[in-house]
Amino acid sequence: MTTPLRTRPTQSPAADGPSGTPLSSARLPRFFSLAFGVGIALAAGLAHLAVGISWTPLVLLGWLLFLVSLVAISRIVEGRRRSVDRLTATLITGAFLLALLPLVTLLWTVVSNGAPVLSPTFFTSSMRNVLGPGGGIYHAAVGTLLVTGMAAVMSVPVGLLTAIYLVEYGNGSIARVVTFLVDVMTGIPSIVAGLFAYALFVLFSGAGVRMGFGGSVALSLLMVPLVVRSSEEMIKLVPNELREAAYALGVPKWRTIVKVVLPTALAGIVTGVTIAIARVIGETAPLLIICGTTDSSNFDLFNGRMATLPVFIYNSYKTPTFPPEFSINRAWGAALVLTLIIMALNVVARLVSHFFSPKSKA
Amino acid sequence: MASTTVETPQSRPSRFGDRAFRGLTTAAAGTILAALAGVAIFLTVEGIPAFTAPSSEIPGGNGILAYVWPLVYGTLLAATLALLIATPLSIGVALFISHYAPRRLATPLGYLIDLLAAIPSVVYGLWGITFLAPRLVPVYSWLENHLGFLPFFAGPTSPTGRTILTVGVVLAVMILPIITALCREIFLQAPRLHEEAALALGATRWEMIRMAVFPYARSGMVSAAMLGLGRALGETMAVVLVLSASGVVTPNLISSINPSTIAANIALQFPEASGTLVNVLIASGLVLFLITFVVNFAARAIVSRRKDFSGAN
Repeated sequence: MTTPLRTRPTQSPAADGPSGTPLSSARLPRFFSLAFGVGIALAAGLAHLAVGISWTPLVLLGWLLFLVSLVAISRIVEGRRRSVDRLTATLITGAFLLALLPLVTLLWTVVSNGAPVLSPTFFTSSMRNVLGPGGGIYHAAVGTLLVTGMAAVMSVPVGLLTAIYLVEYGNGSIARVVTFLVDVMTGIPSIVAGLFAYALFVLFSGAGVRMGFGGSVALSLLMVPLVVRSSEEMIKLVPNELREAAYALGVPKWRTIVKVVLPTALAGIVTGVTIAIARVIGETAPLLIICGTTDSSNFDLFNGRMATLPVFIYNSYKTPTFPPEFSINRAWGAALVLTLIIMALNVVARLVSHFFSPKSKA
Repeated sequence: MASTTVETPQSRPSRFGDRAFRGLTTAAAGTILAALAGVAIFLTVEGIPAFTAPSSEIPGGNGILAYVWPLVYGTLLAATLALLIATPLSIGVALFISHYAPRRLATPLGYLIDLLAAIPSVVYGLWGITFLAPRLVPVYSWLENHLGFLPFFAGPTSPTGRTILTVGVVLAVMILPIITALCREIFLQAPRLHEEAALALGATRWEMIRMAVFPYARSGMVSAAMLGLGRALGETMAVVLVLSASGVVTPNLISSINPSTIAANIALQFPEASGTLVNVLIASGLVLFLITFVVNFAARAIVSRRKDFSGAN
């Protein structure tokens, strides 16, 4: 830093600049935007109660009125630059609130439609021989666990070892190419992964092949890049001093990685893997292609169609049995269960990284 | 930035454990390359029969190109609509989290937006068809009555609201968390000293963002939008559930006659398909793979080129 300023700046707020322009200008009170917005919202609420205007045009009109009058007031009191600043701040806050709208309505729709369906039989029975009421998601839930579990078993070792290669060994053009292609791989559409699994297993099992293991292959294609990216970031965070200390004690490089680097990064790696599982457990399109669907319980990954929760949701909604309302209700129930599983996985991931990460030195 | 490469101990370079472990990790990296190559190879092998088959066997009877072209159009249209809606919104949300929200609230608010990315696409589809579509019908009839002279809003309005524009809105919600997360990261990396200098010179917060943040983040914002585009191109289940598709090419966004997308068409046809149709669908999947590959490739190329120049801090 440069030498500290010795002289105190002049404190008079009304001091003028060299050309006579005032250095300070009138400002609106600090929380003016917020108070003004609350006022307009209250007025809109009153208008809804008193006159009975419906919400959608009211909210739109209120928002427009708020923007225009706020900018006008600010322009008169504070000048053009401050009014532009207020306009953009309001628009940016509005963008955030607008982005929350789908999240809130989506969760509300899923919970309000799905909650009445949940019951013990919904979790313990399959759809075998069920027409109309009753039936459940047992077969689909177990299928999802098997397919996703198998995908995790295949992609975690490959992803983790690749991350180790990229951080600890690779330092040439091959490593750069791998990094780049892993990034590109995160963008593979999930349905293409399903088609790949089909095209692969058609060679072994003939046309029209459907099996749970194919779904695992498709999901691991989507999961591996997620695991590589998150593990790579975590292994990079391990301080070099730890590795150097191990080398100084004569520990071979591979034992340093296994005994020092990986345990230090473990919490972060577990978090990344959990989030990757949460990301692929809701995938529908590849499982629709290669796992197909069935009403019975099939827990053999290598033989025949296998029901999974996302495909169950899709089929119950798209091709309901007669009368349709029971199928559609079951779709909502399964959607609620799937959403809860994914939320729980996300929460677990955050908790793991919060409680088990090595504390930084600050 | 701490360097992560470590000098290998030189004393005994050829220990068996070291060589084995190194080979293992290299093999894993090779597996990933092989898998990516495998996707291209297997799709090509299974897709080729669709190009060699007589055009009478292709649905529609005019050959594979005539079959795929309307789907490509629908895919690009839906993804473009989603991008047009999502990009400004995401930049706003990212700025809110990085520069406007109270510092203590910023991280939890970021998690909230990330939750949008966790919700499965089939649930988005259910939400789109039951909650969103009926609520958009009045908007569409307003558009038809007041802007009907534009080919996009010519109508007649779909009574169910299951139009390509609704699909665009749902896709926009789905790609918003991706674009937001990337933009937020880049905005937070903008050089702190530049921002403080701008504020010290009397710039308002918006002027500071325009002068210090945006110039630094421009290429990152472009690549974030392109990655969002790549995701929107390949999205399947939300489109299948929401869109009532009839496979036409039309600029009309709000009628009940809509173009379909490649991914949605595969998901709809594949479970019941057999014979040449399977090869045709796989060939269309190959087209989708190539489109998304090019988009993602370009986006990542922009990001990695930027890395070389980001010496600002």
